[in-house]
Amino acid sequence: MADPALTMVWAGILAFAVFMYVVMDGFDLGIGILFSTIKVGRERDTAMNSIAPVWDGNETWLVLGGGGLMAAFPLAYAVIMSALYAPLIAMLLALVFRGVAFEFRWRDPAHRAFWDLAFTGGSFIAALTQGIMLGALLQGVEVQGRAYAGGWWDWLTPFSLLTGASVVIGYALLGTCWLNWKTSDGTQAHARRMMRVLAPLTLAAILAVSLATPYLGNEYFQRWFSMPRVLFTAQVPLVIAILTWRFVRSLRRNHELAPFVITIAVFGLSFVGLGISMYPYLVPNSITLDAAAAPASSQAFMLVGAAVLVPLILAYTAWSYWVFRGKVEHEGYH
Amino acid sequence: MFHDADALLLARIQFGFTISFHFIFPSFSIGLASYLAVLEALWLRTGKPVYLDLYKYWLKIFAVVFAMGVVSGIVMSYQFGTNWAVFSDRAGPVIGPLMAYEVLTAFFLEAGFLGVMLFGMRKVGRRLHFFATLMVAIGTFISAFWILSVNSWMQTPTGHTMNADGQFVPAAGWLPIIFNPSFPYRLVHTVIAAYLTTALVVGAAGAWHLLRDSQHEHARKMFSMAMWMAALVAPVQIFVGDQHGLNTLEHQPAKVMAMEGHFRSHPEGAPLILFGIPNDEEQRMEHALEIPRLGSLILKHDLDAPVAGLDTIAPGNRPPVEVVFWSFRVMVGLGTLMLILGACSLLARFAGKLYEWRWLKRFAVLMGPAGFIAVIAGWITTEVGRQPFTVYGLLRTAESASPLAAPAVGASLVAFVIVYFTVFGLGSGYLLKLMSRAPQPHEPEPANAPSHAAGIMPAPALAAARQEGNHG
Repeated sequence: MADPALTMVWAGILAFAVFMYVVMDGFDLGIGILFSTIKVGRERDTAMNSIAPVWDGNETWLVLGGGGLMAAFPLAYAVIMSALYAPLIAMLLALVFRGVAFEFRWRDPAHRAFWDLAFTGGSFIAALTQGIMLGALLQGVEVQGRAYAGGWWDWLTPFSLLTGASVVIGYALLGTCWLNWKTSDGTQAHARRMMRVLAPLTLAAILAVSLATPYLGNEYFQRWFSMPRVLFTAQVPLVIAILTWRFVRSLRRNHELAPFVITIAVFGLSFVGLGISMYPYLVPNSITLDAAAAPASSQAFMLVGAAVLVPLILAYTAWSYWVFRGKVEHEGYH
Repeated sequence: MFHDADALLLARIQFGFTISFHFIFPSFSIGLASYLAVLEALWLRTGKPVYLDLYKYWLKIFAVVFAMGVVSGIVMSYQFGTNWAVFSDRAGPVIGPLMAYEVLTAFFLEAGFLGVMLFGMRKVGRRLHFFATLMVAIGTFISAFWILSVNSWMQTPTGHTMNADGQFVPAAGWLPIIFNPSFPYRLVHTVIAAYLTTALVVGAAGAWHLLRDSQHEHARKMFSMAMWMAALVAPVQIFVGDQHGLNTLEHQPAKVMAMEGHFRSHPEGAPLILFGIPNDEEQRMEHALEIPRLGSLILKHDLDAPVAGLDTIAPGNRPPVEVVFWSFRVMVGLGTLMLILGACSLLARFAGKLYEWRWLKRFAVLMGPAGFIAVIAGWITTEVGRQPFTVYGLLRTAESASPLAAPAVGASLVAFVIVYFTVFGLGSGYLLKLMSRAPQPHEPEPANAPSHAAGIMPAPALAAARQEGNHG
């Protein structure tokens, strides 16, 4: 029924969608996480305005990730979503607060402080729960037959809290990098100060998660350290080390775009690392990609659309970013 | 410890609650996006400032509605998995791709062009900006297309077969799945409902301001446009609704029996039950006020045609009549009022008193929320009427749910109720506040907008663009 090649293609497309989400909503959420540290008034407004035209599109990748998973790997979608029930609902509610704050804070000046808090809190909880879900998935979920069989608090472990905190830190770093690129004056200076704290924290978080993961069991150790795989997998930390050095250099030279690009590359490598850990499973140790795959007819039907539409989406998304290129102004169109 | 039945009921309440809330926003934004496209097109064509002012006025409202639609919509895309895991696993290969197409063809299109629509007029110029508005409007329609196809397939499943894992999978092509028997009717009926809903809101806002100043140019324009919509579209909607009902009679007779309150079969002509108290437990209609034979005339276009009742349906397959019977009457009643409003406006228009008759304006204000209520009532009719199935006749609701624990679902339901009432309650308040201010010439930034909005407020950009337009 399922076709292995098509299944791989869809695994690739979904991985791409999730990565797009992580990077693009990552900096949106990161700005949200840092929002309460940004000075009220011009600086906050500038930070918000730098993402107001694009956040909706960025968040749409999350919908593609969820919808695509249901379509291409319905069994995995069913199992994962019920296993992660509590953090997932918390994330959705947090995204409600985060999303409406974009509009509401301008509509209700008397309660702007409240909506700013909703923006920060929503962004923080969304990032935290996304990280927790990643950890909960990595440590494995209990499956019986075609259904989740674990308890309602299985997701909560020291490891999932570690990944949760890591994602919060990483998103915050992405947010500062975005502000460093898109804003000037006070907002930019603040972002640069925060970057100097968040960059080493991010590195420490990546290190901690990388060290903890092989000891979760689930054959992660073999996937990373068995010969000859280790010759390939060792490149991942190596490149991260090189990128770290480039990042430090770009900070010293006050580059504006480079830290953002390098951080995305580090996120990309971490993502590859996750792929190495998980493949060929979609739900570690219980459901492989092939077992979860929808029939070839479903995957093929979507692939026709995706092949045409994803490039088109990327094109007009890029155009939309291009329209709002350059530094965000304080004064707008007066 | 766990009560499966409670968990199932809670999951159903949660889905019904979140989707009813969500449905309010797209039923407004689908219509409003098209209205904005029309306004901008009229402005580009005629150069009349009134259209631009109205565009700017409704754009601010659209931004708030759209944001609420987006955040409540994301919840829906995940709730299939969290609460209806078995359904997702089994129906995923059929409905999943349709929802993926919705994301790829509609959500990205809306989101990609929304930023330019809201903030980009100064940056891209008038024609490209109109293009962005158009893309957003088309996106809302495409979104309705796919999600209603999914819903219709669940109502009238065709084109599928079953695999060894018990999953619904496409039998041959995708066209029989997408264009399943109830889809064309449902699509037209729902999209027209969205247009009517928007027209009633726009009309109510116009009427509200006309009651204060019957000479107000902008209020007159939007009131007049909305009343044209009501007058022309309400009768069309009633016709389409009738066709949709006949389609339902063909494919889901039990739903129509519940709508009509026909517990009993009527071998020689069924009455039309206007009102009554349905009693599901004893399967009978109490205190029925009915017109003999009219039911047969409406359903079968023949006074003496036999009409089957719920007594012909196996007891385990009957939908709850108490809900469906009343929600259907609410929808039909409001539809009739819309028809009357449209007719009255025509009367006033031909009498040359469209802006003078105060009772008409008051009527229009009262009808402002009618579209939303009718949409939700219609939705309840069709969804509850499908029970006890998720995939009609093939997969029971009781068999569709995730392995649920009542406390977990109960807690999430409470959270949804609190958050939704707070957030969307406040949001609706902001919408009313925006609408309570009349649109003005050179539509300025609202008083509550920051002076340094840096692109958040499209008003100055549009004003500047208009000046350019006037000069050039």
